[in-house]
Amino acid sequence: MLTRDRAAEIFARIRKYATADELECLFYGGRSALTRFANNTIHQNMAEENYGVSVRSAFGGRTARATTNKFDDESLQDVVSASESLARVQEADPDLLPMPSQEERASSNASSPGAATSDKLPSRHFEETANLTPAARADGVGQIVAIAQKRKLTAAGIFASSEAIEGVFNSRGLSAWHTQTSAEVSITMLAGDSSGWQKANSPDIARLSPAHLAQIAAEKAAKSAAPREIAPGKYTVILEPAAVLDAVGFAFYDFGGLAILDQRSFLNNRIGSQLFGQNISIWDDVSDPLQSGSPFDGEGMPRNRVQLVENGVVKRLVYSRGSAARMKKSEHADQVGPVETTGHGFPIPNEIGEAPMNVVFAPPKEPKTVEQMIASTERGILVTRLWYIREVDPYEKILTGMTRDGTFLIEDGKLVCGLRNFRFNQSLIEMLSQVEAMSTPVRTSGEESFDMVVPAMKIRDFNFTEVTKF
Amino acid sequence: MKELAAWALNIASQRGATYADVRVVADRSRALATKNGKIGNASDSRSQGFNIRVLMDGAWGFASSAEFDRTSVEATAGRAADIAKASARVKQSDVELAPERAVTAEWTTPHEIDPFSISIEQNLALLETIDRELRSVQGVTLAETNLNFRREEQWFFSSEGSDIHQTKYTTGAGYVAYSFAGNEIQKRSYPSSFGGQWQNKGYELLDELKLVENARRIGEEAVALHQAEQCPQGVYDIILESSQLGLQIHESVGHPIELDRVLGMEANFAGTSFLTLEKLRTLKYGSELVNVVADARQEHGPGLGTFAFDDEGVPAQCTPIISSGLFTGYLSSRETASLIGLERSGGTLRAESWNRLPIIRMTNISILPGETPLSMEQLISSTDHAILFQTNRSWSIDDKRYNFQFGTEIGWEIKNGKRVRMLKNPSYSGITTEFWNSMDAICSRDEWTLWGTPNCGKGQPQQVMGTGHGAAPARFRRVKVGSAYS
Repeated sequence: MLTRDRAAEIFARIRKYATADELECLFYGGRSALTRFANNTIHQNMAEENYGVSVRSAFGGRTARATTNKFDDESLQDVVSASESLARVQEADPDLLPMPSQEERASSNASSPGAATSDKLPSRHFEETANLTPAARADGVGQIVAIAQKRKLTAAGIFASSEAIEGVFNSRGLSAWHTQTSAEVSITMLAGDSSGWQKANSPDIARLSPAHLAQIAAEKAAKSAAPREIAPGKYTVILEPAAVLDAVGFAFYDFGGLAILDQRSFLNNRIGSQLFGQNISIWDDVSDPLQSGSPFDGEGMPRNRVQLVENGVVKRLVYSRGSAARMKKSEHADQVGPVETTGHGFPIPNEIGEAPMNVVFAPPKEPKTVEQMIASTERGILVTRLWYIREVDPYEKILTGMTRDGTFLIEDGKLVCGLRNFRFNQSLIEMLSQVEAMSTPVRTSGEESFDMVVPAMKIRDFNFTEVTKF
Repeated sequence: MKELAAWALNIASQRGATYADVRVVADRSRALATKNGKIGNASDSRSQGFNIRVLMDGAWGFASSAEFDRTSVEATAGRAADIAKASARVKQSDVELAPERAVTAEWTTPHEIDPFSISIEQNLALLETIDRELRSVQGVTLAETNLNFRREEQWFFSSEGSDIHQTKYTTGAGYVAYSFAGNEIQKRSYPSSFGGQWQNKGYELLDELKLVENARRIGEEAVALHQAEQCPQGVYDIILESSQLGLQIHESVGHPIELDRVLGMEANFAGTSFLTLEKLRTLKYGSELVNVVADARQEHGPGLGTFAFDDEGVPAQCTPIISSGLFTGYLSSRETASLIGLERSGGTLRAESWNRLPIIRMTNISILPGETPLSMEQLISSTDHAILFQTNRSWSIDDKRYNFQFGTEIGWEIKNGKRVRMLKNPSYSGITTEFWNSMDAICSRDEWTLWGTPNCGKGQPQQVMGTGHGAAPARFRRVKVGSAYS
């Protein structure tokens, strides 16, 4: 693995070649492996190791970035030259801030009790995960396939593990470093005319049970066999956490200060109003024990714990340093709640600004299990996951997409049968205003959004507009 | 490079591999973007590395590294062998490859101007000019422009003796105008969405796109959409302009014909396909006018799916996919061709970079233009009542590729052969084969454009790949319109 000391040595060499006023280096990479299976067979199986350094040069309001995965002197000279060439010829941007110093980083920690630091963060590096072998992954897949074969099903999925580094050094003395591991299992069980799915990940392989996930996926495939077709329309739905995750994920890139300044956010003119139901409260919190990721942003600033939504009212946005400074000067400044750097910026330059990437839904006052939600439903639909979600309307936040891998009819408090999959066209704002019950939030992984801590939700009047053929 | 490959292939052979290949890749890309008059992105990226893919004990192993010294190369090859051995613990049968002749070849994307030879000042000046034009329109609240260049050099060596050196150039450019007013965010993109137009050619692409000339119109349309009528709901005849038809092909023809999906290999992520094997040469996919090919050859045009050899050394080919409406072909690799008894791979295996496994990807999946001369104006003038859809805004399709829904940035109502009014928030939906069977007109060659889709995601870990889609405007009868807002 690339160590912090080795990165510091590479940074020192890069500094020798630099002529810019300021210099920043982001280090990234790691070792990863992924065992992929389908038709009860491991059909793809890969490993990689790669590290890179991304060099940002700044000349008084002009900045650019160049990246290489080679650390020899010639490559480092080239990457500095490329970065400086791109920066030098630009028009100066008066809004571009000097790079943060170590003191600014430290004072952000001190002034914000919610700021994350490595020492406050639960360990996210586990040796057992880092050292997982191809044979161990194959054994895990073997357990999954055995369950599939026993139930006359076909299994497809992945078993992956990785060890990654992330670091920031700049010429004003700031440095930050993070290492973590990750393990992930995703399983689809296929039957003749139905399927079931489960996915989970964790920094700690010991917290994942491929066999347990396989049993649930297999059960879903079996129970949804011979799916019935019912007419599209508005139904009470119970979305399992993965379905909630993939839908709500489309909201959070709009919670950045720059999205408001750009007038591309559905929160423009809506901050402070009762946008969602009173039972919805959302935080961004990298320190949450169920979260993962580094405790600093693309400039090395500590990520603060931020309450985005309180009882259905959008209270705060997240900010990079630059967006916070611009917001304070803007016409929106008195309409968007507290404005301060929160440590959520992406590496500069970028077009998005910032976003909350460690979303945690607050637990409901009276959590209900999915089973309890089913039992309380006279007629409704249980959804395992959603698929191919896209934004239809950016301001009303209408999303379209499909159900997939386990959609069930509920009648009189019981699962009755599998259903053919639906297309939905549903406003996310309305969806989060119609939540009747929630489970305790859990760490959740899907395919359309980054991982979050979200609950299952029972939602009334969810808008299915079409049915497909399976 | 040859020496590096020899080290790796030798280790694979010593460990008992029955087949192995090595790809060494040097990738360079540049991205420039502006946003409301400021730099949105200015970045340059270089990545070099190699991989070895081995077939051992009837199963695959793959390992990659950025370190080119002999110790690293041999360790990486050994790792690939260890992985193959682990793969063999969970298999139902041995992998077999359709035969392929070994070749020695050299190929470079035909281009007039190396995009990296153009000064950064010139590039930024172009983007700034477009930006000014867009923002000169009152009501445009956000203007974004982009230029993207890529040079990908690859050396391929196989244990069967292939030695192929290819260099591909890609150029992309486009812009977007947003307008926020009241309770609406409207947008218009040019020449298309997803960053504009992308092709495998040099900087000369930019001269063909008329970027500056169209900027003001695009800004004006973004603002005018606020005053337009909402697209109605119901069943209508529709006309798709060529870039939207290109995406329609991508989603409802290109993906379902991928043989790895058909055979269940992508079931956990990208999904499967309704095009099960018995449908080959029996399914009436579309009307008689529907002729689709998968063509990776240079003579098809400078598409993002144009190359000389795929990433397992198979020459570029043209495969008929739909012939006069009949489903006639899949996208295949050496492994999947062998599984369904084809004599040879269709040559569609590609990887995003040196550290990713090659998988089946669309090449240029294009609908052939109509043989009878028909311009867009003639198509419109021959239409009694229809809705014209331009420039994709949203796209979604189920995991077997039956049910789709597309939204576009702008629509136009056509009545009695004329465009009569602008429509906002247009969408249409349907079932793949019903839709293609409803096509009753397609414009001829003069209206045909080879569009680039730079952002196709597939595989685990997910790989992003560029694909090409040639299309001309076409008309479809009795399509469901407007359900996105129902």
